[in-house]
Amino acid sequence: MKYAVIVFPGSNCDVDMYHAIKDALGEEVEYVSHTEKDLSEYDAILLPGGFSYGDYLRSGAIARFANAMSGVMKAAEEGKPVLGVCNGFQVLLESGLLPGAMKRNRDLKFICRPVNLKVENHETMFTSEYEKGEVITIPIAHGEGNYECNDKTLKELEENNQIVFRYHGENPNGSRGDVAGIINERGNVLGMMPHPERAVDEILGHTDGLKLFQSILKNWRESHVCTS
Amino acid sequence: MSARLEPTAEQIKEKKIYREMGLRDDEYERAVDMLGRLPNYTETGLFSVMWSEHCSYKTSKPVLKKFPTEGKHVLQGPGEGAGIVDIGDGQAVVFKIESHNHPSAIEPYQGAATGVGGIIRDVFSMGARPIALLNSLRFGELDNPRVKYLFEEVVAGIAGYGNCIGIPTVGGEVQFDDSYKGNPLVNVMCVGIIDHEDIQKGQAKGIGNTVMYVGAATGRDGIHGATFASEELTDESEEDRPAVQVGDPFMEKLLLEACLELVKSDALVGIQDMGAAGLTSSSSEMASKAGTGIEMNLDDVPQREPNMTPYEMMLSESQERMLIVVKEGREQEIIDLFERYGLEAKAIGKVTDDRRLRLYHKGEVVADVPVDALAEDVPVRNMPSTEPLYFKDMQAMDLQVPEVKDYQETLVQLLKQPTIASKKWVYDQYDYMVRTNTVVPPGSDAAVLRIRGTEKALAMTTDCNSRYLYLDPETGGKIAVAEAARNIVASGGEPLAITDCLNFGNPEKPEIFWQLEKATSGMSEACRELETPVISGNVSLYNETNGTAVFPTPVVGMVGLIHHVDHITTQYFKQKGDLIYVIGETYPEFGGSELQKLVEGNYSGKAPTIDLSVEGKRQKQLLEAIQKGFVSSAHDLAEGGLAVGLAESLMDESGLGADVTVDGEVVTALFSETQSRFLVSVPKNQQEAFEQMVDDAKRIGTVTDDSRLVIHHTDQDILIQADVKDLAVAWKGAIPCLLKSKA
Amino acid sequence: MYKVKVYVTLKAGVLDPQGKAVKGALHSMDYKEVQDVTIGKYMELMMEKTENMEEKVEEMCHRLLANPVIEDYRYEIEEVVPQ
Repeated sequence: MKYAVIVFPGSNCDVDMYHAIKDALGEEVEYVSHTEKDLSEYDAILLPGGFSYGDYLRSGAIARFANAMSGVMKAAEEGKPVLGVCNGFQVLLESGLLPGAMKRNRDLKFICRPVNLKVENHETMFTSEYEKGEVITIPIAHGEGNYECNDKTLKELEENNQIVFRYHGENPNGSRGDVAGIINERGNVLGMMPHPERAVDEILGHTDGLKLFQSILKNWRESHVCTS
Repeated sequence: MSARLEPTAEQIKEKKIYREMGLRDDEYERAVDMLGRLPNYTETGLFSVMWSEHCSYKTSKPVLKKFPTEGKHVLQGPGEGAGIVDIGDGQAVVFKIESHNHPSAIEPYQGAATGVGGIIRDVFSMGARPIALLNSLRFGELDNPRVKYLFEEVVAGIAGYGNCIGIPTVGGEVQFDDSYKGNPLVNVMCVGIIDHEDIQKGQAKGIGNTVMYVGAATGRDGIHGATFASEELTDESEEDRPAVQVGDPFMEKLLLEACLELVKSDALVGIQDMGAAGLTSSSSEMASKAGTGIEMNLDDVPQREPNMTPYEMMLSESQERMLIVVKEGREQEIIDLFERYGLEAKAIGKVTDDRRLRLYHKGEVVADVPVDALAEDVPVRNMPSTEPLYFKDMQAMDLQVPEVKDYQETLVQLLKQPTIASKKWVYDQYDYMVRTNTVVPPGSDAAVLRIRGTEKALAMTTDCNSRYLYLDPETGGKIAVAEAARNIVASGGEPLAITDCLNFGNPEKPEIFWQLEKATSGMSEACRELETPVISGNVSLYNETNGTAVFPTPVVGMVGLIHHVDHITTQYFKQKGDLIYVIGETYPEFGGSELQKLVEGNYSGKAPTIDLSVEGKRQKQLLEAIQKGFVSSAHDLAEGGLAVGLAESLMDESGLGADVTVDGEVVTALFSETQSRFLVSVPKNQQEAFEQMVDDAKRIGTVTDDSRLVIHHTDQDILIQADVKDLAVAWKGAIPCLLKSKA
Repeated sequence: MYKVKVYVTLKAGVLDPQGKAVKGALHSMDYKEVQDVTIGKYMELMMEKTENMEEKVEEMCHRLLANPVIEDYRYEIEEVVPQ
């Protein structure tokens, strides 16, 4: 399976994502510049964390107009897995691939620490390796992760089972409905504030993120068993 | 012809306008001699910034000479952007610490942020990939609204810059004392990794080569920042807002990635950050080091504001800029390289053979000065030194053991002291994990980062207990180096070298210069004994507010090599049944201690003593025991003594406890700050091996699983029996609580 | 030349953590009469004269300068005489 890590000017978790796929998952992965329009050779698209364009207007607001986003849109339409983490999630929100928007954290401070998440939906291509309701520990590192949407959207997300992860125990940033990660209706575009790519290596203390990447791989293999 | 209203060379002399720029009369005379004529306005500006203390070290040079700067692993000592130490396998570690005290006192967010930006540029201008940031911060007590504001904004500024550029902030220290009330210290250290073949120098070699400007455009920000850093702060300083620069971490991220690609190109000859004194220092230093000259056409300098004068362009301290020298004829590929990152690279001059800095503007020569006069032939000032009266008084004082009635309550109070209390409120705002190499995050003795693709790791720390230095600068200087090394060893690392940031008051006062002399003597001796040479550093003098100096604070930044990731050790107890040891004897030593501050409200008496040969022996033995796998946890015993050290070893929510027995005088046993001691835990099956290897280890108890800290005495009742949870609440809650409370 | 002043604020009903913090600070400084604080962004665009100016500005606001999911915007266009 071949993964693309999209590198925007100001991305800084691109390295973490790259090594999670290459070293922890053992799959093929490439850095792809934001200028590249054609992403057709990749089986999965990863939008990494960081501060694309300095996050100077709003997080992710400028990156959504990068050339590579047309390729991301196309991959999403084709049903390929698209994962946006942290700034990547913000880009997905700004681009309209996922509903809602991000505000500054409730306490107006950047927060970096491991938090507990509950896997609310374990029947997606990103979470099938988790148990239903499993509580996992994944680090967060963001200043704008305070998810906001209107009542109607929240209701739809809940009814369609699109809320994949919620903060468990304590809500660190004030996000609406304790939302930590949501998926599109079709089930192939996941955005999440916590960093699963930072939780794949025993020496760094947390490994609960590995199952997310294993889920993507397993589901891809199952759906490509006849063609490959 | 430009319409600027600048004074003529004659007016500068007659009206002594050079004084406003920070030049002294004798320095101005010397500049006139060197030039053989009266310098014009721009030239006077060049001399004034280059001869400021910040750029020239004219006052501190005589004391800096004492530092040992060579060692078997040292590849680059002081003098370049940052120092470099070999770590094997063709790799090296690059690091430096720098102060941004004055800017942070005026505008704490941007002051701290641009401090981070500057030190990162120093490291990547050597060709190294920055991998970690640390910061050493000093503030007044948190009972004052202005101090709270400074503290919150400095932390936010460090976070804002470091998080955005994507370099993890992994450690450091924060100390609170009244002496820093009006003059906080913000020292930032950056550590990078480099392959030997990529090491760059800031040299303008090769006559005819092209001088290029890359990065952000030049504005009027920070003009005379270097001179500003070389003066005392007064109440008026807050009005000096234009001296503060604004950081752009996004721009620096692009510049960083572009420069790291650039260093792989054989078109590059030399590269240097435009830091303090901007275009002036980078150009004159690069030429001076290479024995060449540089001429630049200032019309070609990218400018952010209209109608900038040569004086303004040369003295601007706009951030995120680099000066590079490239081979003649290869300019276009450099322009193309930077364009891929959305940056502009522009040819602004060339290397000459006449060892002069010659500047053109609108077709005229506006400055023509020997580069060595600016960068090398700085008039060194030999300052008088006098032992202060207080020192004699302190040395003459009898030993005092502070009076303690309730040991347990005292322990809780000590854990609440902001200098000891948990700094989680601080480091939760720093992205300490980005780049996924941080094995030991902030909170333990030293931060540890693995080196991807190898079995090795790096331990790093900053340390300085300035209270000891106030009482006895020579001993305190030794302790600062020794404590840093102890933190590295306790983490499983072999101390390699140090970088230092010498924060002192006004050196023109003989008592302050004496502190500087003594502190650097002590540090030099410790560096020799512990084999950790000084490879880079920075001097920040004039840290005074309205005439009162900060405590002498020579911050030591140290990096150690962990030869195998299996050796990585933290301070936290690991499993029930492990044996607890203290390495080293304990004496009644309370001068400058946290207990003294808590009980008496001030510092007096002698600083704790230190025997560097004993220190070195204990460090070597403990490191070997760690490397052999005999040790579960190791912790440097520092502020607050053994009782605090035990509590700190239980602060990782493991559910473990400790049951220990002490002997002798109780207050000494619990709270003394005797140096050269470690608190370690050892698996039972390694007891014999450990005791054979480590001479001065004394077993005091065992690790339990009941989440309680119990301290017995050999011939008294139980001294302390506390729930770890209660201790943790006190320790974790202290700083957030102080910040919330209305002052 | 035209100067376009764009004001972006959070939509009514969307909790504004910055505004809340500033309101708290003003109250603690005894400005009890402050009922509410909203924090937003102010941008200035210098634009050449163009057809459908207003339409274009509207589009810029909608597509980039504001996020219509949580933000409102308004703008003023004024002619300026170049120096």
